[in-house]
Amino acid sequence: MRVSVQEAPFDLGEETARFAAGRADMGALVTFTGVVRDLPGDPLKVMEIEHYPGMTEAALEDIADQACHRFTLGDVLVIHRFGALKPGEMIMMVATAAPHRKNAFEGAEFLMDYLKSRAPFWKREITAQGAEWVASKAEDEAALDRW
Amino acid sequence: MNVLYFAWVRERIGLPRETVDTMARTVAELVDELRAREDRYAVAFSDLSALRVAVDQTLTDFDASLEGVREVAFFPPMTGG
Repeated sequence: MRVSVQEAPFDLGEETARFAAGRADMGALVTFTGVVRDLPGDPLKVMEIEHYPGMTEAALEDIADQACHRFTLGDVLVIHRFGALKPGEMIMMVATAAPHRKNAFEGAEFLMDYLKSRAPFWKREITAQGAEWVASKAEDEAALDRW
Repeated sequence: MNVLYFAWVRERIGLPRETVDTMARTVAELVDELRAREDRYAVAFSDLSALRVAVDQTLTDFDASLEGVREVAFFPPMTGG
């Protein structure tokens, strides 16, 4: 299990290849990547991501640990960036490994649902109109109920 | 006790962190003390349903005890992922 909170970009191919290497017992590897999305009508200049150093790492480790146990995953990788990101840049990725695909997919979905509203990150969008904090969505909170 | 503020809470209060001398027994009591200080605190803490709190880096509720606590953080709902 590895969790990384970093400002620097990550190489999706390299991270995925490293995660996948030498796992003859894991028949399923799932990855999800989050990308900074441009805003229709009001082009995004930068997305700033603030976080809570210390708590962020602890929260991500806790979420990854829960996913490992709950879905009997062989391994989990979570990378989440902070700082100023441009549209099209990768914000974060998760990878899960399991003997079969159902657990790998569900584990990745569980990780994403919890990362959205239980990991201390806050996004701010900067456009020509100014800067605005991204509000949390009720559906993101509701998504936790299914687990 | 160290009190930390993130995102728009930090912007409204105008500080990322401060040391607070307090006799508050719970988070809610600490919030009341901060609100009474100045308008910028009263504004930031006007609607607790829009805020989340972590005590010693663990997410908790506003009725949580502050006994033995070193760090309290206030912030809006998180938007990770």
